[in-house]
Amino acid sequence: MSQRKRSKGLGASQFSTQMTDGEDDSIPTQVKRQSQDQVNQKVSELVQFLLVKDQKKIPIKRADILKNIIREYKNAYSEIVKRADRTLQEVFGLQLVEMDTKRHIYILINNLPHAEGQHPYRAKEKEKNGLLLVILSFIFMKGNSVKDSALWEFLHLLRVYPGKEHSVFGDVKKLVTEEFVRQKYLEITPTPLTDPPEFKFQWGPRAEKETSKKDVLNFVAKMQGKDPTFWASQFSEAEASQANT
Amino acid sequence: MAAQMTNAHRRFLQVLMSNGITEGSEARKLHQHCCETDKVYYAHDKLDDFISTINTNLQPLFMQIRKGISEDNGRAHYAVVNLAETEVTKMASDYTEIELELFRKTMDLIILSENGFASSTDILNLADQLKTKKMKKKEAEQVLKVFVEDKWLSEKNGEYTLHTRCIIEMEQYILSNYQDVARKCNICHSLAIQSQVCESCGIGMHLPCVRKYFRGQTEPRCPGCNEFWSCDTPGTKQRIFKKLNVIILGNGL
Repeated sequence: MSQRKRSKGLGASQFSTQMTDGEDDSIPTQVKRQSQDQVNQKVSELVQFLLVKDQKKIPIKRADILKNIIREYKNAYSEIVKRADRTLQEVFGLQLVEMDTKRHIYILINNLPHAEGQHPYRAKEKEKNGLLLVILSFIFMKGNSVKDSALWEFLHLLRVYPGKEHSVFGDVKKLVTEEFVRQKYLEITPTPLTDPPEFKFQWGPRAEKETSKKDVLNFVAKMQGKDPTFWASQFSEAEASQANT
Repeated sequence: MAAQMTNAHRRFLQVLMSNGITEGSEARKLHQHCCETDKVYYAHDKLDDFISTINTNLQPLFMQIRKGISEDNGRAHYAVVNLAETEVTKMASDYTEIELELFRKTMDLIILSENGFASSTDILNLADQLKTKKMKKKEAEQVLKVFVEDKWLSEKNGEYTLHTRCIIEMEQYILSNYQDVARKCNICHSLAIQSQVCESCGIGMHLPCVRKYFRGQTEPRCPGCNEFWSCDTPGTKQRIFKKLNVIILGNGL
């Protein structure tokens, strides 16, 4: 729920440089100019709104965008969204992607190429990403879907236990079944008619957008000191997947 | 003349945003890392220009990479701030209404205090008087802990002051909302939360600014009224004792 209040009368016109070409002369230019400024203002507000939501990797619903930012400018919705996306790409290296076209849910993904080498920054992120990558690899190598018990068994090998507090990851069960799922990196589905209830893990939509089967296979190959082609079926699946993007 | 944004600029900006606050030396290393990663021309003394390019592109969004000086150690820090906000809006999406109210009241206590600190006892007493809903002491302690972790407050010996990050982000807000009470440093003219104040004429200065200003002076005098500076100039007292110890007792301290 947005609790932000904006200062009124911001005079966005002094910052606006994004006038559209070919203004319609039949509409008094003063009025047109004023509403163009308002649209520019909405673009800025939307960019900030998206950045804030993205900070917590919470997917953004179109309904929230309309209610909190667009409001009376519904007619300009697609223009505002398109320009916000362009600004996000040009200034922040982020891209607005509609992850769920039926329910109109967006996420921001990172457009920048992965940096190799030394990363003294964002250590905590890096560690979580490391764990996530390992989980995504396991799921892919096992045929894109694994039982939760199989995943936990696998993580035992890495001394990561669901019941035990981990020195780096803390409550691992929460991290994997809640945080990674909420962030759409993983998808967890209950298996019907199981008692005690079983679940299966698959890649979530954000994982599919931010990484690729090919990247993941290369990671596994590197870890095991083998060539990616060693795993013939995964290799051809990864190649096919890349051809489709 | 601002250059174009490159991936190096975008990467730098992304990291700065996710850090919340970045120390000067970290920022310089990051600058180098980004330029090397994205194969962009790098010159170690061009960080200001690099940041300036980003800021030109952030301006239409009412955002800015701003530099602030830590009141504790005098070191430069960078943060990405919103210029358009008139309230503690950056925090608004991370905390509940009642937590925000506690923060605002804590900020009041800190700014109105003599030394820029509010004791945890005083803050916990505030928790009782919140308008939104009363907060139990235990809960308030936990919230304070989160404010410290998120770098809005910093804690020393059970007392709380505003973190450098908070000062950088909210300087404008504080200066306009606490116009008559907020102190400005006599030397660098920015907001001073922790400060030393002259007993005669009332001007205030940051501790690192005092240190720099009085460096090498045996008789520090107030730059405002020229009276003998009555507060301990940070660092000098220890140095004098150290020297005495060496001379009298032949001890190295």
